[in-house]
Amino acid sequence: MIPLSHFLGLSVILFTIGVLGVVIRRNAIVIFMCIELMLNAVNLSFVAIARSLSSLDGQVIVLLVMTVAAAEAAVGLAIIISIFRTKGTINVDEINLLKW
Amino acid sequence: MTIPDVNWTSIGTELILISTAVLVIFFDLVVKDKKKDSLGYLTVLGMLGALVFAMTDKEGTAIAFGGMITNDSFTQFLTVLIVGVAIIVTLMSMQSLREGSMDVGGYHTLVLLATVGMLLMVKGLDLIIIFLGLETLSIAIYVLAGYRKGAEQSAEAAFKYFLLGAFAAAFLLYGIALIYGATGTTRIEGIAQYIALKNLGTNPLLLLGVGLLLVGLGFKLALVPFHSWTPDVYEGAPTAITAFMAVGVKAAAFAAFVRIFGGALPLIAFQWKDVLWMLAVITMTVGNVVALSQTNIKRMLAYSSIAHAGYILVGIIAGGSVGWSAVLYYLGAYAFMNLGAFGIVVFYGYKQEANVEIADYAGLGFRYPFLGAAMAIFLFSLAGIPPLAGFMGKFYIFSAAIKSGYIWLTIIGVMNSLVSVFYYFRVTVIMYMKEPIKEVVLNYSLPITIVLIIALVGTIQMGIAPNFYLERALDSIKWLIG
Repeated sequence: MIPLSHFLGLSVILFTIGVLGVVIRRNAIVIFMCIELMLNAVNLSFVAIARSLSSLDGQVIVLLVMTVAAAEAAVGLAIIISIFRTKGTINVDEINLLKW
Repeated sequence: MTIPDVNWTSIGTELILISTAVLVIFFDLVVKDKKKDSLGYLTVLGMLGALVFAMTDKEGTAIAFGGMITNDSFTQFLTVLIVGVAIIVTLMSMQSLREGSMDVGGYHTLVLLATVGMLLMVKGLDLIIIFLGLETLSIAIYVLAGYRKGAEQSAEAAFKYFLLGAFAAAFLLYGIALIYGATGTTRIEGIAQYIALKNLGTNPLLLLGVGLLLVGLGFKLALVPFHSWTPDVYEGAPTAITAFMAVGVKAAAFAAFVRIFGGALPLIAFQWKDVLWMLAVITMTVGNVVALSQTNIKRMLAYSSIAHAGYILVGIIAGGSVGWSAVLYYLGAYAFMNLGAFGIVVFYGYKQEANVEIADYAGLGFRYPFLGAAMAIFLFSLAGIPPLAGFMGKFYIFSAAIKSGYIWLTIIGVMNSLVSVFYYFRVTVIMYMKEPIKEVVLNYSLPITIVLIIALVGTIQMGIAPNFYLERALDSIKWLIG
């Protein structure tokens, strides 16, 4: 059986890749994919912890998180489309009408 | 395996709000374009129903849905506050919805659903319910922030809020996962019991989880250094929604904050209090100092709301019955005065968000005496001038901090409060001492008048007769003191 620490380690690596992607990449869609990657890293650790504790809570939470991620994707992509319509770009460096 | 207790009345408020949302969607299809105002009144009616339900519901500490949801006095206090805020925000937006070209039905529906999310955040006894409530309100508000049709700033505000909000939500969720890993449960009570049982004060997994949770919540509360989105989003969003974010979201997020840090993690307070101390100091200071140089009134109020979050944090650090009740009291006072100030910004910038520069307010004081006086009262209250609500709020917060021995924190807080007087007064001076630079014609409408009167009465009453509110605040934090 694979020990819990391996799963948690993989989850940390995936989460870090996601964070770095959000910080480094400039394309809104790629940033959004990196956020999804972060959520999936969290899901992995929920499932792994649930298995090692043999409790069902973590597994159920993952289902809820996937639902939330789907809802967020629907709204998020709509927002990205609307910004593309008004600006003609989804590069976050060029979306700077409001000063940061 | 037993089927958990389901106690439907415990989520009665939410059920009323959701059915109103469904009704609004339906009537939006039926009602003619000219009569869309009726949708706003229907929304307010539904919210009033929810408010009455929340006020008369005397079940006390009812626990429902297998211990996931509670309806204790803490919840009831905040439910009344949040539904009240939602009513005022709806009334506030009716005039600009009529004059703008926004989709009325969708707007009211989203406000109703965001309110449900806030209430779930307050009611949740399980970290996952709190997370789901946070996401419900966030997703609705991402859309609302971008609701001004054709306005580039609005689309940009929604875009920034969405990307950074989703980013922060992932941190919050990772924090929950690590706490789940360290304690084996996501229940507020279960976490507190497990920490006491195993003495987990220095468990790295737990502490990392708490830190990530703090990042996620700090983002929603706009604490420095997680505040970079706040001014942009507050400036770009429709003003009524800015008020909703500044007051409603903040109240819900602070409730969840108190629930988690006061309810689940009191035993490791020695670990998080120092971090909160630093956050409170930089939040207050950055908020107030940057507000000094703002020329746009929405941005100024955004930085002022960051500073106010810092003051509330001082109350949380102080803790104890005085500190916790001061936090609730401050949330109430802040709601009245801030909604009043934003109400005037909405009214004064009636069409397409005009007149949002502070210079546009020149001459408001003598051309519209009532409006000028009301704005002056709200700004004085935000600055903490006695005998208004903001003064009593700050007084309770800082006296709680002194009582718990945080002398330096209090000194820094009071100095910050002095700095803030400058930028609030500047607006008043411009209103009363400068000649108007342009002609603004305003027509009072019923909803906005109601908003201003409620906010005025609340701001003055909470300052002069604070006992009524303070007793309720004290009553609602009994579960924290134990």
